[in-house]
Amino acid sequence: MSDLTRLTAADLAAKIHSREVSAVEVAQAHLDRIAAVDGGVHAFLHVASDAALASAALVDDSIAAGTAPASPLAGVPLALKDVFTTADMPTTAGSRILEGWRPPYDATVTARLRAAGVTILGKTNMDEFAMGSSTEYSAYGVTRNPWDPSRVPGGSGGGSAAALAAFEAPLAIGTDTGGSIRQPAAFTGTVGVKPTYGGVSRYGLIACASSLDQGGPCARTVLDAALLHEVIGGHDPLDSTSIDSPVPSVVAAARQGADGDLSGLRVGVVRELGGEGYQPGVQASFDAALRQLEKLGAEVVEVSCPHFEYGLAAYYLILPSEVSSNLARFDAMRYGLRVDEGASAEAVMAATREAGFGPEVKRRIILGTYALSSGYYDAYYGQAQKVRTLISRDFAAAFAQADVLVSPATPTTAFPIGDKVDDPLAMYLNDLATIPTNLAGTAAMSVPSGLSDGLPVGLQIMAPALGEAVMYRVAAAYESTREPLVAPEVSA
Amino acid sequence: MTASLVDFDDVVERYDPMLGLEVHVELNTNTKMFCGCPTGFGAEPNTQVCPTCLGLPGSLPVVNRAAVESAMRIGLALNCSIAPWGRFARKNYFYPDMPKNFQTSQYDEPIAVDGWLDVTLDDGEIFRVEIERAHMEEDTGKSLHVGGATGRIHGAEYSLLDYNRAGVPLIEIVTKMIPGTRERAPEVARAYVTALRDLIKSLGVSDVRMDQGSMRCDVNLSLSPRGSGILGTRSETKNVNSLRSVERAVRYEMCRHAAVLDAGEKIVQETRHFQEDTATTRSGRVKETSEDYRYFPEPDLVPIAPSAEWVEELRGTLPELPWARRARLQAEWGLSDEELRDLVNAGALDLIEATVAAGAPAGEARSWWVAYLAQQANAREVTLDALPITPAQVARVIALVAGGELNNKLARQVVDGVLAGEGEPDAVVEARGLKVVSDDGALIAAVDEALAAQPDVAQKIRDGKVAAAGAIVGAVMKATKGQADAKRVRELIIERCG
Ligand SMILES: [Zn+2]
Repeated sequence: MSDLTRLTAADLAAKIHSREVSAVEVAQAHLDRIAAVDGGVHAFLHVASDAALASAALVDDSIAAGTAPASPLAGVPLALKDVFTTADMPTTAGSRILEGWRPPYDATVTARLRAAGVTILGKTNMDEFAMGSSTEYSAYGVTRNPWDPSRVPGGSGGGSAAALAAFEAPLAIGTDTGGSIRQPAAFTGTVGVKPTYGGVSRYGLIACASSLDQGGPCARTVLDAALLHEVIGGHDPLDSTSIDSPVPSVVAAARQGADGDLSGLRVGVVRELGGEGYQPGVQASFDAALRQLEKLGAEVVEVSCPHFEYGLAAYYLILPSEVSSNLARFDAMRYGLRVDEGASAEAVMAATREAGFGPEVKRRIILGTYALSSGYYDAYYGQAQKVRTLISRDFAAAFAQADVLVSPATPTTAFPIGDKVDDPLAMYLNDLATIPTNLAGTAAMSVPSGLSDGLPVGLQIMAPALGEAVMYRVAAAYESTREPLVAPEVSA
Repeated sequence: MTASLVDFDDVVERYDPMLGLEVHVELNTNTKMFCGCPTGFGAEPNTQVCPTCLGLPGSLPVVNRAAVESAMRIGLALNCSIAPWGRFARKNYFYPDMPKNFQTSQYDEPIAVDGWLDVTLDDGEIFRVEIERAHMEEDTGKSLHVGGATGRIHGAEYSLLDYNRAGVPLIEIVTKMIPGTRERAPEVARAYVTALRDLIKSLGVSDVRMDQGSMRCDVNLSLSPRGSGILGTRSETKNVNSLRSVERAVRYEMCRHAAVLDAGEKIVQETRHFQEDTATTRSGRVKETSEDYRYFPEPDLVPIAPSAEWVEELRGTLPELPWARRARLQAEWGLSDEELRDLVNAGALDLIEATVAAGAPAGEARSWWVAYLAQQANAREVTLDALPITPAQVARVIALVAGGELNNKLARQVVDGVLAGEGEPDAVVEARGLKVVSDDGALIAAVDEALAAQPDVAQKIRDGKVAAAGAIVGAVMKATKGQADAKRVRELIIERCG
């Protein structure tokens, strides 16, 4: 294995920009790594070797010409979740219904990565339309966890997380609707950030649930995530819900945090996120992390968020409702799969959707259609929105007592493939600790907090809206006290 | 079903109609409601589209500020309150010409509510129509069904879809139920749509062309037994695409409802389509279940919250509204109600005002447009404003008459020349040699000749009966082929008999 694939994005960028190595060499090393191990991992749905090398060559040319790099990450390779549109690659969102679709446009995130000179290696696997916690609901096969190929890498962004853990890419992009960045990060021992809602443009992000979806950075280190965060974040006039204010200075915060001093910071432990339902090994890892944070000078306080217990129920009303509407457009009339059965447009639509959507997507479309039906709206969607307000108030009260909140990122470590695929409720419980953040639109991330029975555990750090700087600072300080987690070598 | 209709007079004898009108107006903004695509009418199919208005995966809407302003100005002109905060909603249903399979529309949070519009009926009576709401939404694409006999989707071999219109901003203006129209329900409906069209035209926010679909009307109608106050089941008639059709659709539905009710049957709450050729309505697709649009707030858009300053700024941009303008012109021109109504009905108001603006006295301008030009328009079977003559040209003719260079008869010939495409009035005068004869020498000879030919008349004039001069004037005019200045001729006659 080439050493280049073991480096952080920050180190790779330094070597590329000082011309110690070329961006093309770095890209090639990662493409070789993908060729060597992805047969066993299946992190990628599409590898764009030629485009990646061409993009890297442009970076090399510009550095050779003495031009300043387009960004601090120019020439660094990245794996892009297959839910962002790419004009030069297929975009499937993990669904049969979009098999072979080539979007005519780039997502804003894609465009910003290109403008920053980041080398896009390809598109990563995911649960269909980002619905799932294991990648088992991908129409294109499961991604395996590099820590144990019999286990899932988490989801929906399992492909991006596994690509990082298997050293196929130093950077990746995910999307987090209820934990789809943080839970895979926890399961693979990597770093995953769900930014404040509106912090990263959703233009070109194929919607799961519009009011919850948020793209964000994935990496193996906190600083790398911060570097990527600043490349993709910021206001986008094409997304009405995009926040019109500067990206928080997360790179500076991560560098500051690496000094390992958290004196004066208050860390709130959310009473409701832990205990029953959380694996003992996960809980133990979390308790150890708290002691570590105290050692760094933070004051640990307990806070209560009494409405979090209703979060999962509210989430599984709001999300399917929005899904049922967002996914109505997949009707065979304009793009994607078309099953020409039946004599009417309605019949073709029905046959296409029957053949093109997987079981979890259908389940949620049916749930959401029901929840929005006249006569049920107030009882379901309306009530869920009220819960959402109450959860936001819980957060506001908690952030009055603490600068950041912490919890285990997930109740368990990575579970075996096939374990929960037929038990939707057990699958949904994976997102217990991550969902409240999506409902409130605040920021959160998962950083590795060690192993339990040989499997990674994630520490979740939560911050108020636009409070990413303090979150990165705490994460970087905590990270500085630990050795990086390195997954065992994967066989192809 | 019911075979024969009930006679209209019989209907109003026994039933009270309850009328409601929903009018869709396509705004003439440069770009669509939620994307930057152009909105021009008649472009090649699917050339005015982008990821957003095609509903491509990942695309997002951004509200067009100009459309919001237009909506607010319509609301203000309709005396509505402007909502200080409102969200868009999604109206979910599957249809191939709707790219996202939901329509983004203001559902229960319209931008304008609770207004009114005073409409003038044919006899001059003012009828106030209460406005429930005006809200913004996006238009759908268009389906073209190919094959089959009817152009309908059933029986078609295949269908073509054009998304150029998808996402064009629409304002839907909904009246409250209009009670008390009785036998005037068809007329009220037409007068309301006419008044609304004129109002929106004066705001400049839409072309309001019913023939091109930039203004579309749905008629809701129900009957209740006279004086019972019991609200009947209503039908909703779509595809009513001319002012005349509005009137005819109301009339037909009243007669149809009465026939159904008289037969002891129930009115089906349904969508019906107006048939232009037969002036009847036919039932739309029968729905097995009631439509459930599963409305919910559009999560891809932030709420619209117009500030009070913005609302007042827009109120300041409202032009003189049609009824205010009519009242002003009526006063300025000294018209009776009836005279004003005739001008409005003839579509002459704008033309006369423009002619006056070009320098003509109001009385002259009015008499030209309602008399000679109206006859010409009638003869050509066109509307007044379609005549190939401009108010400025009419004003020039009037000026030539006032200056004595033309008399009325010659002036009509000049107008004929302009209408025939012979150019500006002065060019027609030149080319046709229509100048009044003002050479006294030639005129004196003609006067003397006429006096000699009618000595008895000449004697009467000499005796002081000046009125008798008319016969001599007529003879002189005839002799000069009408090119003499009649006033000068009269002066010369008196002189020669003096
Ligand atoms: Zn467009």
